[in-house]
Amino acid sequence: MASALINVPKKAKFGDVIEIKTLISHIMETGFRHSTTGVPIPRDIITSFVCTYNNEEIFRAVLYPAIAANPFFIFTTIATESGTIEFTWQGDNGFLATASATITVE
Amino acid sequence: MSKSRKTAATRRQFLAVAGGVASSAFVSVRHASATPASMASAIRQVTGEAVVQPGKVQLDVPPLVENGNTVSLMVSVTSPMTTADYVKSIHIFNEKNPQPNVVAFHLGPRAGRAQVSTRIRLADTQTVVAIARMSDGSLWSAKADVIVTLAACVEDL
Repeated sequence: MASALINVPKKAKFGDVIEIKTLISHIMETGFRHSTTGVPIPRDIITSFVCTYNNEEIFRAVLYPAIAANPFFIFTTIATESGTIEFTWQGDNGFLATASATITVE
Repeated sequence: MSKSRKTAATRRQFLAVAGGVASSAFVSVRHASATPASMASAIRQVTGEAVVQPGKVQLDVPPLVENGNTVSLMVSVTSPMTTADYVKSIHIFNEKNPQPNVVAFHLGPRAGRAQVSTRIRLADTQTVVAIARMSDGSLWSAKADVIVTLAACVEDL
């Protein structure tokens, strides 16, 4: 199963802009390459990434083959309330991975 | 004397053969790729007929990359990011990869800052374009030229 690394600050002050880093292991096969025998290698990529903060979407990305292997994102959000930040990656061949982090807002 | 001439001849032959191999290798590596025209049509699919103005967007890509398989890219947009005025989405395009789209980010006023980083692939020395759509519907863009020494995306195993 794919392993995801996420980095969310555990604590934040209300109203602060916090930085979220995510990394997931995935080959991101472009579908434009051929094997040594000349057979095209089928595309296998992550196509969407969604981040929700207490079930409200705060960031979404649509990915194409031009994203490097092991998709990595840094984005920001405002710390509004304590709760859970959830991450979902979806892709070809029914790929689905989720991760979550909790944050305490003071 | 005759021996050295022979060596010279062999070296010439070797160079000729090597040159032939190298150029044929370049030909076999050539694939159908996104051209500036297909990038323009991909951009039009996002922007429609609206006017894209240069400015407000900063696109940060290293000007010279050794390995096109991982190129760090940071894009930021000058915006107050309030509920009244924020960046809705940022789209990244390239000229010469097999496909002109790179990524699309959808943000909102809750982002706080319109700044996203990721890692992309570049198949050739080319121009990368970022387009930001604001909450009022206006479109802003930035360009960055990148020289790539080792191509990505299409190399065979």
